[in-house]
Amino acid sequence: MGEEVKVFRTWSSPFAFRVVWALQFKGVPYENIYEDLSEKSSLLLHYNPIHKKVPVLVHNGKPLAESLVILEYIEETWKQTPLFPEDPYERATARFWARFGDDQVLPSVFGVFIKQGKEREEAIVTAHGNLKYLEEELRGKKFFSGEKIGFLDLAFGWVANLVSVFEEIQGLTLIDHEKYPLLLAWIQNFMDDPIIKESWPPRDKLITKYQALLGSFIPKEAAEK
Amino acid sequence: MAKSEVKLLGAWPSPFVMRPRIALNIKAVEYDFLEETFGSKSQLLLQSNPVHKKIPVLIHADKPICESLIIVQYIDEVWTSAPSILPSDPYDRAIQRFWAAYVDDKFFPTMRGISAAQGEEAKKAVVEQVAEALALLEEAFGKCSKGKAFFGGDRIGLLDIAFGSMLGWLRVTEKTNGLKLLDEAKTPGLAKWADRFCADAAVKGVMPETEKLAEFSKVLMAKMRGAPPPK
Repeated sequence: MGEEVKVFRTWSSPFAFRVVWALQFKGVPYENIYEDLSEKSSLLLHYNPIHKKVPVLVHNGKPLAESLVILEYIEETWKQTPLFPEDPYERATARFWARFGDDQVLPSVFGVFIKQGKEREEAIVTAHGNLKYLEEELRGKKFFSGEKIGFLDLAFGWVANLVSVFEEIQGLTLIDHEKYPLLLAWIQNFMDDPIIKESWPPRDKLITKYQALLGSFIPKEAAEK
Repeated sequence: MAKSEVKLLGAWPSPFVMRPRIALNIKAVEYDFLEETFGSKSQLLLQSNPVHKKIPVLIHADKPICESLIIVQYIDEVWTSAPSILPSDPYDRAIQRFWAAYVDDKFFPTMRGISAAQGEEAKKAVVEQVAEALALLEEAFGKCSKGKAFFGGDRIGLLDIAFGSMLGWLRVTEKTNGLKLLDEAKTPGLAKWADRFCADAAVKGVMPETEKLAEFSKVLMAKMRGAPPPK
């Protein structure tokens, strides 16, 4: 079958990485189409008119948006190297934590990064309240998905490449050895995986990008004081 | 399967609770409906959903499953013999999941925003956003249904359940604010679909009457006004 798989993405989007990693784990050849989000291509807007965001997967001309939806599609279309648990209860649990990650953990960690003063103190409390669930979920497991990397690990991939960037820029430690020994071990194991390593955003570029992003927030913060 | 093997923690007014109830009806699965008392959370709820402390929670053979759309998919995957709730084609499944997420992430908060809007201008702006969302869903209906009765085709499926469960509150919002949101003129497909959805055997018994929901809405509003301001 003639397969044409394209991924509309940016070099840094954590949501796009999930899609790219999933395709790589399954050995599915694809083409990267890099977008400049300040000037979105007409093709991206055509394929994702609702949200106008990356990632978008286009498979034989048919577009799909929303990374978690795309991951399920990839799993159902290319059955080699299963990424989701077979058992329906375990699958429901993985889906639950993936949503929790996107709805709660990511915004709270990002909040720690961009907020200042008292607001940041509160954000840190919220972030720890969320991160502790991740630590608990790793008990007795090497990866969130068990012995091997799976769907939930890909969903949490941003923890492995972004949190330390935020920590370095702001000079704080969120994921510390005392509270999060398992999560830190997971980060290392995740990063060391050969397939993950192949598509890993360059750290220095991430630092530059997020420093610039922070700069765009600060005037607003100052104005609100 | 013994009725007590399947429990659903919920409350009759919640559109999210309605979703697994419809799914269980489609699969003809008997279950214990454990209704939460308005204003308090049971020990069982707090134990079963410690992360969010929210309904619905499905408890199947003592194992809790949370988040309404996750529960519906779980039901479809466990009870495989009865009619399917998701289509079989991966692309069609993805489209249904995409729009179901849209209902939760965009449509529902916007619809809820109508009653919360302060002043005529603000309200008009939110109503306009809801109209835009409904126009998109009308288009999605055309594509998904392919001329058939429901988003899922001949029978109701995931997206019908996700969006249809919102109809009760949509009608209450129309009534309370003197609006017509689901308009036959603007969204003819959806308007007819809504009637078919509410008349479906799996839905009829669990869709609350608009009057009853409107009364409950007043109680809810009063409680929210009386409650201490959020931090």
